Amino acid sequence: MSPTNRTVTSEHVNTVIADACSQSNHLLHILHQLQQQFLHIPDEAVRKVSARLGLSVSQIESVIEFYSFFYKSQCGRYNILLSNCTSCGYQTGGENLLHMFGQRLGVVSGKTRADGLVSIGETSCIGMCDHGAALLVNGTPIARLDAKRIMHIADMIESETPLADWPAEWFRIDDNIRISGLLLKNAFAAGDGMRALLTRGADNTLAEITQSGLRGRGGAGFSAGMKWKFCREAQGKAHYVVCNADEGEPGTFKDRILLHSHADTVFEGMAVCASIIGAEQGYLYLRGEYRYLLPQLQAVLAHRRELGLLGSNILGDPEFNFDIGIVVGAGAYICGEESALIESLEGKRGVPRNRPPFPVTHGYLGQPTVVNNVETFAAAAHIALRGSAWFRTTGTQQSAGSKILSISGDCAAPGIYEYPFGVSIQQVLDDCGAKDVQAVQVGGPSGALIDKSKFNRKLGFEDLPTGGSFMVFGEKRDLLKIIVNFAHFFAHESCGFCTPCRVGTTLLKNGLDKIAGGHGTQYDLDEMKRMGALIKRRSHCGLGQTAANPILDGLQRFPHIFAQRLAHSDFEPDFDLDAALQEARQITHRDDAAAHLE
Amino acid sequence: MSAETNQNSTAPNTISIDGREIPFKAGQTIMDAALAAGVYIPHLCHRPGLTPHGSCKLCTVDIASRDFASHNSDRRVQIKFSVDADSRSVSACTAPAIAGQQISNNTPALNEVRKTITQMLFIEGNHLCPSCEKSGNCTLQAVAYHLGMLDGHFPQFFPHREVDASHPTVMLDRDRCILCELCVRASREVDGKNVFAIAGRGTTAHLIVNSPSGKLADSGLETGDMAVHICPVGAILIKEHGYEVPIGRRTFDLHQVGEIGLEKIVLAKTRHTDE
Repeated sequence: MSPTNRTVTSEHVNTVIADACSQSNHLLHILHQLQQQFLHIPDEAVRKVSARLGLSVSQIESVIEFYSFFYKSQCGRYNILLSNCTSCGYQTGGENLLHMFGQRLGVVSGKTRADGLVSIGETSCIGMCDHGAALLVNGTPIARLDAKRIMHIADMIESETPLADWPAEWFRIDDNIRISGLLLKNAFAAGDGMRALLTRGADNTLAEITQSGLRGRGGAGFSAGMKWKFCREAQGKAHYVVCNADEGEPGTFKDRILLHSHADTVFEGMAVCASIIGAEQGYLYLRGEYRYLLPQLQAVLAHRRELGLLGSNILGDPEFNFDIGIVVGAGAYICGEESALIESLEGKRGVPRNRPPFPVTHGYLGQPTVVNNVETFAAAAHIALRGSAWFRTTGTQQSAGSKILSISGDCAAPGIYEYPFGVSIQQVLDDCGAKDVQAVQVGGPSGALIDKSKFNRKLGFEDLPTGGSFMVFGEKRDLLKIIVNFAHFFAHESCGFCTPCRVGTTLLKNGLDKIAGGHGTQYDLDEMKRMGALIKRRSHCGLGQTAANPILDGLQRFPHIFAQRLAHSDFEPDFDLDAALQEARQITHRDDAAAHLE
Repeated sequence: MSAETNQNSTAPNTISIDGREIPFKAGQTIMDAALAAGVYIPHLCHRPGLTPHGSCKLCTVDIASRDFASHNSDRRVQIKFSVDADSRSVSACTAPAIAGQQISNNTPALNEVRKTITQMLFIEGNHLCPSCEKSGNCTLQAVAYHLGMLDGHFPQFFPHREVDASHPTVMLDRDRCILCELCVRASREVDGKNVFAIAGRGTTAHLIVNSPSGKLADSGLETGDMAVHICPVGAILIKEHGYEVPIGRRTFDLHQVGEIGLEKIVLAKTRHTDE
């Protein structure tokens, strides 16, 4: 942590790049190592990585600027990113922890302090929603934040205490499993699923997966068996299995628990898939926010290699060769979209591809690829072992099996709840100890905002599909503030590829800010509806197609939260003259009455 | 999952656009078939001969949901996002033509959507037509006229964008860039140079130059490159050749943007400005 080793010298850049490449040639990995060493990516390093990997300078520049965790200018030696999620964000406890932190350290959000010691900023949900307010310090999460802990952290930074000497308790992340079902309750010994697979054969195992009715757990719900079958039948030089662990939907954290406590089951599901589709290489794409899980995941993979469950001649079968690599993202929600994820795996910006062709025929490196959610692979491993009939005993006709919910927000016991599909919202609310509930956000910001009258609705593909996020909003919550938060989230995460989403998410954000600020009129609400409909229908991918959901749901089901903020006139200009003078006030260090227009 | 599996080999290879039957060949997109039949679908990021992009979304068309069920991806989207099931929206430039498609194109509703998208492109950048050299030769401006756009409608974003005047003969004014990536693709696919790329994301996405300094002067760009001429707006301009064709005699003073095959004229215009 000494400041001296941050000076960029040619030799140092060379060493860091060489060390990084000896571990992995993946662009995201090399950039991460450079970022760690130099607290930014120096221009010189861009040119050297370009030469080393044979990539264009512009590809590297475009990647650096795309992902939130790479910086072109120097961060502090302590780089603090506070989550701005409605469940694990810096305002969840009622106080503005980001503001307090900045005041205490004398640094503005998004900036590095002049002495280079510390930089602070905000980041999208980091998946700690069951732990209260949370932050990342140099990439490692600290949860259960309150004013006291924030001040304590500031002390540690001012005294330049190495992270290793910070209280271990701060870094403790719990599983918080409240209700276990099909997947979490049943023990799974490494190798059992694969032995069952070899006994039953690939054809019959695929048939079991298909008959089980297992559908993708990311929320879209495509049949896993069909996907594997399409991929298996597709021609290519190689086939790939990719596990989507880019769990970025605000309010979702169930993959964190699966990867922390059931990684063997997940990897086993990937191996089962590999055997069926004929893949020899798999990848786990882990979101950057979960990088702290990387060492233990690597250890699980190493252990599986020792057990002969990965590598060549798996379980003595000369035809069965398969291994798994882990690629860590760098802060981009869009990479949870499967084709954007594949682009990112290929070391590019995470921009969703045009479809067709689909990943099952043209995926990673243009080859047939299965991309499934963490939970889908875990379920597949269980099905390989226990069969489709076992799986079908739980859930509904169209939604077989269970769903692991990540419950957060205004309830007594946030955490992990595994339910059979078909459970009602009310049941879930009763179990998690939620009282006086105003609304529930099912499936995260891209899902649906449900009001009290619809708490009898059921979770499942036939009614309310969900990737697992379940955010509870009590009567005292300012729902408009939540919707504004979601609008900011989508504008921040839009990849910028297509016009409707790139411009539209920002227009929605600006329009909502205007309404929340008390300057909106009925005209602005009508504009929101019109723009929301356009983005939803005309955008390139799921991000844009769902970005307007919170606003459209809010306008439909909670019209009063908008109406009560409207200005009593037909029209208010978008241009706020007083706000426009803010920069002038800052420059002149004035904030007295005479420096304001009103 | 692909065009092949959906195509009945005995069915005639035609699609219907606004009620008109249009033939297509295997592998063609809706845009390819439409252009070949002389049907204009408004577009900005598409250019025959370059890889279809599908980003501007101006060529958005609606396909009646009769063939909805055959598309697994659409079912997925429909389930997750509860999209209106009467029809689905696709980009004509990237969607494969599939026999029997009933496509809406030149309808008041779709043209209204396109007008709004065009307005969004105008207000996110800094487009000041009266002072722009490209005025009259600008496809964005021409499309706006075609769609009856009279104003930007939305509040301007007024972004701060960099000008790159380092190159001796070519100038890059990012204020007018609409991120269509025509120059990116032309440079890669036709010029074989890979001079341009897009960096960043969301509204901060911007055109960058593939050179060690990031400046055009250090790139291999030459005046004769297709990438220099293909810009549909005034983001890439050739120096020392401003206003050679007077206003009133420029491309879209003499032609409608909806004329088919205009690409050649537009390219020729900028090359041989002394009409």
